[in-house]
Amino acid sequence: MLNLMFKRKKFLRVWEFPGFLTWTFFFFGFLYIPIVILVIYSFNSSKFAMIWTGFSFRWYEKLLTNDDMQQAALNSLYVAFVAAPCATAIATLTALVVVRGGSFKSKEFSNGLVTLPLMVPEIVTAVATLIFFAFIGINLGLINVMIAHTVFCIPFAYMPIKASLEAMDPTLEVAARDLYSDRNSTFRYITLPLLMPGILSGFMLAFVISIDDFIITLMVAGGGSTTLPVYIYSMIKMGVTPEVNAISTLMLAFSIILVTGYWVFSKKS
Amino acid sequence: MNIQGENKSRNNLIGLLPLWIVMGVFMIGPLIVMAFVSIMESNSYGGIHLKFDLSGYRQILFDTNLFDEMEFNPAYLIIIGRSFLLAVAATIISLIIGFPVAYYISRQKDSVKNILIFLVTIPFWTNLLIRTFAWIIILGKDGVIENSFGFIGIIDDDDSLNLMYTNTAILIGLVYSYIPLMVLPIYSSMEKLDVRLIEAASDLYSTRINLIFKIILPLTLPGIIGGSILVFVPCLGAFIAPDLLGGGKKLLLGSLIQFQFAYARNWPFGAAIAMVLLALIVTILYLNARVNRRHEQNA
Amino acid sequence: MKLNAFKIFVYSLILGLFSFGAMAAGKLNLYNWADYTPDELIKKFEAETGIQVIVDTYDSNETLLAKLQASGGSSGYDLAVPSQHFVEIMIKEGLLEKVSGIKNMPNYKYVAEQFQGPSFDPNQEYSTPYQMGSASFAYRADSYSGNGSSMMEFFKPSSEICGKLAVFKSPEEVVNMAHLALGSSFCSEDPNEMQAVMDLLVEQKKCVAVYSSEGINDRLKSGEVIMHAHWDGYSQVGKWEGVDDLTYAYPKEGVVGWFDSLVMPKGAKNIEEAKTFMNFLMNPENMAILSNFAAYANAIPESVNYLTEDMKNAKNIQVPDGIPVVFGKACNKKAQSLIDKVWTKTMQ
Repeated sequence: MLNLMFKRKKFLRVWEFPGFLTWTFFFFGFLYIPIVILVIYSFNSSKFAMIWTGFSFRWYEKLLTNDDMQQAALNSLYVAFVAAPCATAIATLTALVVVRGGSFKSKEFSNGLVTLPLMVPEIVTAVATLIFFAFIGINLGLINVMIAHTVFCIPFAYMPIKASLEAMDPTLEVAARDLYSDRNSTFRYITLPLLMPGILSGFMLAFVISIDDFIITLMVAGGGSTTLPVYIYSMIKMGVTPEVNAISTLMLAFSIILVTGYWVFSKKS
Repeated sequence: MNIQGENKSRNNLIGLLPLWIVMGVFMIGPLIVMAFVSIMESNSYGGIHLKFDLSGYRQILFDTNLFDEMEFNPAYLIIIGRSFLLAVAATIISLIIGFPVAYYISRQKDSVKNILIFLVTIPFWTNLLIRTFAWIIILGKDGVIENSFGFIGIIDDDDSLNLMYTNTAILIGLVYSYIPLMVLPIYSSMEKLDVRLIEAASDLYSTRINLIFKIILPLTLPGIIGGSILVFVPCLGAFIAPDLLGGGKKLLLGSLIQFQFAYARNWPFGAAIAMVLLALIVTILYLNARVNRRHEQNA
Repeated sequence: MKLNAFKIFVYSLILGLFSFGAMAAGKLNLYNWADYTPDELIKKFEAETGIQVIVDTYDSNETLLAKLQASGGSSGYDLAVPSQHFVEIMIKEGLLEKVSGIKNMPNYKYVAEQFQGPSFDPNQEYSTPYQMGSASFAYRADSYSGNGSSMMEFFKPSSEICGKLAVFKSPEEVVNMAHLALGSSFCSEDPNEMQAVMDLLVEQKKCVAVYSSEGINDRLKSGEVIMHAHWDGYSQVGKWEGVDDLTYAYPKEGVVGWFDSLVMPKGAKNIEEAKTFMNFLMNPENMAILSNFAAYANAIPESVNYLTEDMKNAKNIQVPDGIPVVFGKACNKKAQSLIDKVWTKTMQ
């Protein structure tokens, strides 16, 4: 008798829900099928993005001759290559102080300050930054965009670095301080290398966020400062052609590769 | 030790200086300037006159009609209401869809878990504009849905399901954009669940439904609330989904604000609406903090 | 090579700072209407002058004005293409640079006399001609039993059009079309007249599928809409793209005329390059490239020698006898705020 009861419980534990597997399966379908459709249609040979007529690379070829778009892509890269390191540097300094600085008065405040861009809706930040630049009279083209990007990239760089620091074994540093007489050496030869994967993760995250940003750049960018997402937006408004699909596919691939890189790095640490 | 202590607080200050300067000047500064602009008079060709004027806020409720008479204007309240309802709907739908997924993932082996969570996160790091654009292809006229339905023969070739430019389309877009943010916190909460608790409880409660409602739900409540806020807040201020999928006819808070600065050139009004949105969000975050504190006190 | 945070930081910054080198001279930032700049023209200009041209687009005069206003005198653009009444507004608001020596430009002599020194720029110190045309509505004749003889067909559409109608996203041309339909004058300061305009627009909204000024021909081609607010030349381009029955309406009440010009926004950095482009476009051969692409009339008579047969026979841009072409005017602040009110209330 006891055997039978035991068997029944083993067969389907009460905290397992059979429908959930299917549910999760459909969830991932919901999440990824639109992206797959987008990618498939980028190989569509007809002009209309929505009616499939045959396989073709022509939209990717068209991208190669689109000067304006290439300029926009370059701008995106320029901005990300400035905003990401700046944000990462500031985030690293802040994380070091917040995690290692002991308790001090403005700790809670600084922690909150870092995450401020995440709490304010993007449209509000975008509009406020636009008004601010107009008021103060800062009109330096791409630099405006770089500044705006640095600000909202900081929290994204901050989180992995802070997590990495908190997970670090403090006894290593205490031991190191016995070996090296000054704090600088301890920092450079022990702390920093240990922190490196975290910093790199933060950098990659900040980079992806900068590349993908749309709303803030839309409002803040002036002439000649168009970035790739903003350019794609104007293409979408003009009419849905597979050219948009093609550049979207490339952007998606780029982001996914970067994020996978980040994931691999964070696993290593 | 004393010298180290003094050095430490000076080092702390130096380390924090970049953050304070950058955030202070380029994040808080703009918000203050925006608050300032919201109480200025607008210049009809764009920009503002440096003159104190509350008409930015007044316009939300009252407007002068063409005959210069003041009258109550429900339109913006409707927009605020619609944004709120859509955000709530998106949050609830995300919760219903996301909760079982988070539960299922948390029950898997570690290696499977990591991959699944990674797969949930990827879309979040790709461009939101592109992901929303994918839905135009699916929902639009002669889009994937209409083509497949036509192929199967449910609708005629010339008919249109008119899925685009509707509240439903916007809702789908919103859920699609932010649902990973619902799954992750709930999953986090579930990870912290003690399996033995559930095993023990399963002896008490014979049915699964009871198990969910009496045990799992209350214990994962922090994750649920966290996820809900992470979805609700961006939905409230969303711009891309309403703009691309709503066709400009259905204005939501995000697109209303953008409209003031890109077309209508009414800066004080746009700033006022932005302040209202900000106030709504701060309120929600504050309430959330209060609830969290009370939860921690109880636990 | 060991990955070092410092190294990455420095390398990234260097890469990013490359952008400033890349921003050096020999560039031109052109801000133009969407689908209004032929690739052929840009490539020809780049080949002849070695100046790299970057084109950003907008969908209406209002968007252009908003952008110039928001950047407060340093938009980053060297050239923009507003319509005549907006040139007036921009001059008044101090948003444009004076361009010296337009009258001395070698190709200025090709501009027809009646367009030299226009009313919005009498001393020709701010603008050179781009193109001109009209705004009205267009429809797929095969799916519509009407014939576009009255503007009211657009504002009070028949049941076959209702739900398949699209209107411009920005007010000024639509409001002016409403004025034509109702017989009131542009820039009206009379609240009663504007009330009538608003009632008309609100009534129309029930039948409108989408408000947009972009992707017009695509929308008509796919059948998403049968009638669309349109411009004469652009509707001709739609015909060339295969929508054979796309007909532009010249209703008895008239169409809204516009005259676009090249202007230099304040704070333009590449002034010499901009002037080179202004001169370049006044050359008949180059202006013909533009007209052959966008299908609009222009102010350079000799360009006729370079027009394609398609362009010479373009039906949609030929104004029938007796149909008035009423040009938009720069409204004063009172009239402008009435227009803004009407539009905001309509769009709510």
